[in-house]
Amino acid sequence: MLHSKTRDAMMFQIGLAIFLTIILLIILIPFWRVIVTAFIPLDIYTREGVPFFLSPTQWTFEAFRQLLGHSMFPRAIWNSVVITLLGTAISLFLTVPLAYGLSTRNLPGRKLIMTLILFTYLFSPGLIPVYLLITGMKLTNNYLAIILPPAVSVYNTLVMMSFFEGLPEELKDAARIDGANELQVLWHIILPLSKPILLTIGLFYAVFFWNEFFTPLLYLNDNNLMPLPVLLRNILISASFNEYVEYNAFSSASIESLKAAGVLITMIPMLLIYPWIQRYFTKGTLVGGVKE
Amino acid sequence: MTLKTLPSLPSSTEKFNFKKFLRSMWRQRWLYFLMAPTLIYFVVFKYGPLWNAQIAFKDFKPLLGVMGSPWVGFKHFETFINSFYFTELMTNTIIFSVAKLLLGLPIAVLCAIALHETWLVKYRTFVQTMIYLPHFLSWVIMFGVLLVILSPGNGMLNAIIEKFGGEPIPFLTSPDHFRWVVILSDIWKETGWSTILYLAALLAISPDLYEAAAVDGATPLQRIWYISLPSILPVIVLVTLLRMGHILEAGFNQIFVLYSVPVYSVGDILDTWVYRQGVLQFQFSLATAVGFFKGAIGLVLILVSNRIAKRLAQQSIY
Repeated sequence: MLHSKTRDAMMFQIGLAIFLTIILLIILIPFWRVIVTAFIPLDIYTREGVPFFLSPTQWTFEAFRQLLGHSMFPRAIWNSVVITLLGTAISLFLTVPLAYGLSTRNLPGRKLIMTLILFTYLFSPGLIPVYLLITGMKLTNNYLAIILPPAVSVYNTLVMMSFFEGLPEELKDAARIDGANELQVLWHIILPLSKPILLTIGLFYAVFFWNEFFTPLLYLNDNNLMPLPVLLRNILISASFNEYVEYNAFSSASIESLKAAGVLITMIPMLLIYPWIQRYFTKGTLVGGVKE
Repeated sequence: MTLKTLPSLPSSTEKFNFKKFLRSMWRQRWLYFLMAPTLIYFVVFKYGPLWNAQIAFKDFKPLLGVMGSPWVGFKHFETFINSFYFTELMTNTIIFSVAKLLLGLPIAVLCAIALHETWLVKYRTFVQTMIYLPHFLSWVIMFGVLLVILSPGNGMLNAIIEKFGGEPIPFLTSPDHFRWVVILSDIWKETGWSTILYLAALLAISPDLYEAAAVDGATPLQRIWYISLPSILPVIVLVTLLRMGHILEAGFNQIFVLYSVPVYSVGDILDTWVYRQGVLQFQFSLATAVGFFKGAIGLVLILVSNRIAKRLAQQSIY
């Protein structure tokens, strides 16, 4: 009897492992296909299409060479880096004081500020009023048009606020008795203790700005200002290909390889910072915040 | 000492003392100074658009400005509700958000349970890491991945269909298949990430329950059915309710990247229509009215679903 029970448990475990492997393959196979397509040499591609496996000796960097050889791609990468760094800095600069202020329970007017901020989170009249505001401020072709409208996320502010609320009140009081003002308390006491939350929220803002493609499309009409996702989209819909890539009749990479290589180049920075993001949500910092 | 530095909290029985209020404000002057840039930011970039939203009730002419344009009441709202695209847009929007929720939820719960039950701890961490990843990629990247899988020329799926003697299907431009592409690609991208909440709920279940079940000789499936599922049911209900509050958010970025003229009839949602009417056709007032309509319904839905969620949460506590 006991024997059959352990056998049942083993069968169940095997079933689970198979299920998880299927899920894993459903996620991984499309990425694998992108990788093979990006590295496949033109002659194999025209002869037999994209095989599932490609012998390692046949891999070619031709598509990457063609993309990065044109001035457009490196410039777009640089533009994306600028938007991401500037955006994250401005977002944190605006989010931290608000979260800190709202975490101070006895701040006069706290409830009013909280209500007014929550209202903007609950009710949004959509794209056009923001569009009119930004164009009215003459911010077209300016990165501030992309960065400022979404700069403060109410949700991130609330997560950060609940973190600040969890810090021991005694620490702040001790500093205040020593004559420190709120600015000094925030800078010298609160922020050094808040590195995990600053890093988490900062990374989330950075991911947001790195991925942003609609507002750049909306507000930037100078090709030299385009960030990476917009360039990638133009390549994917094959719009005016020659403007962005070294592509001609003698090209030694197929259009599909160029598209796949573009996808990989846009993904790489995300893959590089992903382990850091991942560390924080497995620790449960965020899940705790979500529950709040 | 400590008490002296803290401003006294006005208790509810205490009469409101304006002088005292001003004094406590003065005491916190540094804090207001610190918050000032963000508060100004909110006035300009969050309340500015709300001010501009009045053009939903006006005939906006760029030359006359927001203030100078004449009031027309609910004219644009009536135009929208009586137009033929009203039903189409509402249908598409609701189909997308409901299908994503209803199909994605069971898969997410199954994945979370499988991750929670497996003994292969290292493998679990690896699977988790991989299935969370797509959540952090933009829809433009996802569009590239989908092209590699679905394109009629040499997409992987069409290569398989052709191998079995079928005709290649232009999934992204065929009105018969586009909705499935939107729904399934969203599930592919977001389901892994949504397991995180259910997994947290499963990890919070007391191990005593499982030990007691083991003593009673419960099979693994009984354990899942009688302990795991009922324990995470409140979380499932909560997530569903909160998602229902956002039912008019069908995924603008996704549709905007994936759709094209041939599939407008089955793919167009409120947000994409607002973009085209407003930014491309310069129908600013009409587009704003539709945005306002969506925002107002959204506000009501969120408040209602939150109230229900709160009530249910209280019931499960007491």
